Amino acid sequence: MADKFTSKIPDGPLAQKWTKRKSEIHLVSPNNKRKLEIIVVGTGLGGASAAASLGELGYNVKIFCISDSPRRAHSIAAQGGINAAKNYQNDNDSIYRLFYDTIKGGDYRAREANVYRLAEVSAAIIDQCVAQGIPFAREYGGYLANRSFGGVQVSRTFYARGQTGQQLLLGAYASLNKEIAAGTVKSYPRHEMLDLVVINGEAKGIITRNLVTGQLERFGAHAVIIATGGYGNTYFLSTNAMNSNGSAALQCYKKGAYFANPCFAQIHPTCIPVHGDQQCKLTLMSESLRNDGRIWVPKKLEDVEKLRKHQIKASQIPEEDRDYYLERRYPAFGNLVPRDVASRAAKERCDAGFGVNETGKAVYLDFSEAIQRLGHQKVAERYGNLFEMYEKITASSPWEEPMMIYPAIHYTMGGIWVDYDLQTTIPGLYAIGEANFSDHGGNRLGASALMQGLADGYFIVPVTIGDYLSKKFAEPKTDVNRPEFAEAEKAVQARIDRLLSINGKETVDSIHKELGHIMWEYVGMARDKAGLEKAIGLIKDLRKRFYENVKVPGTQFEFNQELEKALRLEDFFEIGELMARDALNRNESCGGHFRVESQTEEGEAKRDDANYMYVAAWEYKGEGVEPELHKEPLVYENIKVITRNYKD
Amino acid sequence: MEFNLKIWRQKNAKAKGHFETYHISGIEEDASFLEMLDILNEQLIREGCDPVAVERGCQSSGPVSFDHDCREGICGACSLYIDGRAHGPDDHVTTCQLFMRHFKDGATITVEPWRSAAFPVIKDLVVDRTAFDKILQAGGFISVRTGSAQDANNILIPHDKAEESMDAAACVGCGACVATCKNGSAMLFVAARVSSLALLPQGRPEAKRRAKAMVAKMDELGFGNCTNTRACELECPKGITVAHIARLNREFLKAKFSD
Ligand SMILES: Cc1cc2nc3c(=O)[nH]c(=O)nc-3n(C[C@H](O)[C@H](O)[C@H](O)COP(=O)(O)OP(=O)(O)OC[C@H]3O[C@@H](n4cnc5c(N)ncnc54)[C@H](O)[C@@H]3O)c2cc1C
Ligand code: SF4
Ligand code: FES
Repeated sequence: MADKFTSKIPDGPLAQKWTKRKSEIHLVSPNNKRKLEIIVVGTGLGGASAAASLGELGYNVKIFCISDSPRRAHSIAAQGGINAAKNYQNDNDSIYRLFYDTIKGGDYRAREANVYRLAEVSAAIIDQCVAQGIPFAREYGGYLANRSFGGVQVSRTFYARGQTGQQLLLGAYASLNKEIAAGTVKSYPRHEMLDLVVINGEAKGIITRNLVTGQLERFGAHAVIIATGGYGNTYFLSTNAMNSNGSAALQCYKKGAYFANPCFAQIHPTCIPVHGDQQCKLTLMSESLRNDGRIWVPKKLEDVEKLRKHQIKASQIPEEDRDYYLERRYPAFGNLVPRDVASRAAKERCDAGFGVNETGKAVYLDFSEAIQRLGHQKVAERYGNLFEMYEKITASSPWEEPMMIYPAIHYTMGGIWVDYDLQTTIPGLYAIGEANFSDHGGNRLGASALMQGLADGYFIVPVTIGDYLSKKFAEPKTDVNRPEFAEAEKAVQARIDRLLSINGKETVDSIHKELGHIMWEYVGMARDKAGLEKAIGLIKDLRKRFYENVKVPGTQFEFNQELEKALRLEDFFEIGELMARDALNRNESCGGHFRVESQTEEGEAKRDDANYMYVAAWEYKGEGVEPELHKEPLVYENIKVITRNYKD
Repeated sequence: MEFNLKIWRQKNAKAKGHFETYHISGIEEDASFLEMLDILNEQLIREGCDPVAVERGCQSSGPVSFDHDCREGICGACSLYIDGRAHGPDDHVTTCQLFMRHFKDGATITVEPWRSAAFPVIKDLVVDRTAFDKILQAGGFISVRTGSAQDANNILIPHDKAEESMDAAACVGCGACVATCKNGSAMLFVAARVSSLALLPQGRPEAKRRAKAMVAKMDELGFGNCTNTRACELECPKGITVAHIARLNREFLKAKFSD
C-alpha cells in the first residue's frame, strides 16, 4: 500500500496550491453525479456540511448517525467560537497569520499545505454561515463581533453567545434538511456503523446496526466519508458527549486505513473538576473565559489548607497572596497561553500541593477584576450563560467566588491518516472533521475544530472527492449481496454473539472506567517509557478480563444501549493501546504530548525536531501482531521552525 | 441520599408498559439525575436483572433505557417526565442539568417518557421524535447553496435583532413543549425556528412560505392545536417565549393573505 501513502501535496507556491489542485480535478457531469452514491457517516459539523454540499451538487447521498436526529451530534456542544481570517478588527490578521498561528500552536507537527488551505477557506465559512441565518454576535453598528482565544494575539473568533457549535450545527443541519426535502440525501438516524466493506481494495460500503430493531443492515456506495468525530472517550471521563466514540475510525484502521498520531490528545485546561467517582462526564467551561478570567492558586500552603477545610473563601485571600502562575511564567501571553501549556501549568501547581479543593485537583478562574473593569452587564453579556451553567452544576456563583477548574481530556488531534485530498490509504474512503488527523499537529488552537469541520465539509471534500468519482461514474451501483458484504456482516454478527454470551459479573461502564484510569494515569498529561509500557500491559489484561467477565444484558434485536457501549468499548481498548504505543515511540515532548524524559530545566516541553518531525502513521497487521509504523516526513518551506515561546 | 424510583418500563413500541419501583441509596447531592439513573442501571445489571431474565420470571426488566448524549443541556436528547413535569422540578434546565440536591432525601420520584401521540415510545423512556426533523425538512431552512454567499458583513444586522433571533435559535428540539401541552401541540418548537429566521434579513424572502409549510407539516404529523395555555413556555428548558408564537402567527397570516 506504499503508493497510497503519499501526501499528494500539489507543487508550486503555498498560496497557489489549493487553486492549482482544484483546477486539476476532473469534473463529474450533472447527469453522472446522479448515478453516483456516497455514504457519509456522522452528522456533526463535518458530516452534515459535507452531505448537504454533496447533495446540492447532485450526488446521491446517504447519511448515518447514532442519535435520534442529525441535529444532536457532539458538535452541538461546542461553546466558544469559530476562527476565520477576516481581519474585520483591522488588527493585522491575515490568511498567513492564521496559518502561522495554527502551525505554531500545533507545535510544528501539521502539514503546511493543509493548514494553509484551511486558513484560506476560513473566511468563506463565515459568509456561508451568516447566509444560512446563524445569529452570530453583533456590534451595535450591526457588524459581526469577534473575541480572542488562547494561543493567538489577534481577535478572529466569531461566536453566538456560548452556543457557537449549536448554531453552526443547526445551520449545517438546516442545509441538510433542505437536501433531504429535495430528495438528494437520505438520512438514517439511530444507525451505527460497525464495519467498513472493502472490495478489491476500495471502500464500497458499510455494515450498520439499526439501533431500534437491532438488525444488521448493508449499505453500498461508490465512496464512503467518515465524519464520526474523535476518540477522547477512551479515557472514560472527558468533555465529549457520552456517545462519542472511535469505533468507525478503528474499524477503518483494521480494514487498511492508516491511523496517524494517535497519541496526540488535547487536555483542556478549563473544565469543572471531578466531584466523585459516580461521575461519567466532565463539563467544559469555554476557553473564552480566559479572555477576562485570571487563573491563580494561593501562594501559601496554609491558605490551601484552610480552603480545603472550608475555613476561608477564595475571595478572602488578599491579592498579594495569590499566585497568578500563568501571568508569572508566561508574561507575553499570560492567561491566554495555548491549552497544553495552561493544562500542564495547572498540574504542576496541583502536584506541588496548591490544588484548592478537597481532591487537590483544582485551580481558580477569577472574574472579580473583570467585573470591576467592565461592569456587571458587559460580563453578563459575554459569559452570562456560562456563569449560569457553572452555578447550576456546582451550586456556587462565579459572581461571588472564583470558578474552580481542572484540565480534562477534550479533543483528539490524531485520527485517520489522510492525504491532501482528505482521502485515506483506502481508495474511496475519506475522513473529515475530528476523525482525521490533518490540521492541528500536536495541539489544536481554540475555535479551530469548528473551522476545520466546516472547511472539510463545505469546501474541501465536495471538490476533492470528484477526482475519485470522475473515474467511477460508469461503475454500476455497489451490489450488497456480494460476498464481501456477507463476510463483513458475519464478522459483526460474531462480535455481537460473543459479547452477549459472556454473561459475566462486571458492567461495561465499570470496566471502561478502569480503562480510563489507566489512560489518565499513564497516557495522560505526563508520559514516560516505563508508564507507557505498563499501560500497554494493563490494557491487554483488562481487555482479557472484559472478554471473560463482562455482562451485557438483553438481546441483539431490541433497543439495547449496553450492547452499544460494549461494542464501542471493544474498540476503545485497541485505540488505547495504539495511543500508548505511539506515545512510547514519540520520545519527545510536543504539543499535548509530554514525555517526562524530554523537558528543559525549567520544566518546559522539549521538542526533538531532528528525530521526530514526522507524522506517525500506523498500519494494522492483525490481531495480536504489532502494528507497523510508517513515517510521513514534515517539510516546512514557508515557516521557520522555532521553539514555541509564550514567555516574551 | 436515597430514593424510591417509580419508572415506566415498556419493552418496545408495541408492548404495553407498566411501572416498576426501585430503591437506590448512596447518591451524592452533586450527582445529576442521569448519573443517578446510571448508578441504578449498574445496580440492576449487577443484580442480574435483564430483559431476558424477565421471560423467566425475573421481577425487574433490567437497565432502564433513556436518551442522552451531551449531558450539558444542549443536544436536546434527554427527555424525561419527572414527577409530572417535563425535565423535572427545576426551572429552565434539561434533565441532564437537573441535580439531586433538588429532591428531598427519601422521596419517591416518578419517571415517565414524553407522552404524545406524535412521539411514540421506542423503549422505556426513549421516544421517537423524528416528527420534529420532518417539520424542519418542510421549510426550516434558508435556501442558500454552499459557496454562493456574499461577504458576511455586507448585510448589517442590528445587535438587538441578532440577539432576539438568537433567543429563538436556542431551542434544543427536546420536545418538552409538546409533552407538556395538553393538546400535544408543537407550536413553540415551530415558532422558535420560524421566528429566529424571520428576524434576520437573510430569512425574510422565504418567511411566509416557511411558516405555512412548517405549520401544515405539523398538522399532518398529528400534533395538536395551540390554544394559548402557555404551559410550553413554563417548561421550555431554554426559555423560549410565546412571543415567538405571536410572530409565527403573523407570518402565517401574511402567507394566508397572499394566497
Ligand atoms: C464541550 C466541547 C466544546 C467545544 N468547543 C469548541 C469550540 O468552541 N470551538 C471549536 O472549534 N471546537 C470546539 N470543540 C471541538 C469540536 O466541537 C469538535 O471537534 C467538532 O465538533 C467535531 O465535529 P465532527 O463533525 O468531526 O464530529 P462530531 O460532532 O463528534 O460528530 C460525530 C458524528 O458521528 C456520528 N457517529 C459516530 N460514530 C458513528 C458510527 N459508528 N456510526 C454512525 N454514526 C456515528 C455521531 O452520531 C455524530 O453524528 C469543543 C468540543 C467539546 C467537547
Ligand atoms: S421550544 Fe423549548 S421545549 Fe420546545 S423543543 Fe425547543 S427547547 Fe424544547
Ligand atoms: S443530554 Fe444533551 S441536553 Fe440533556
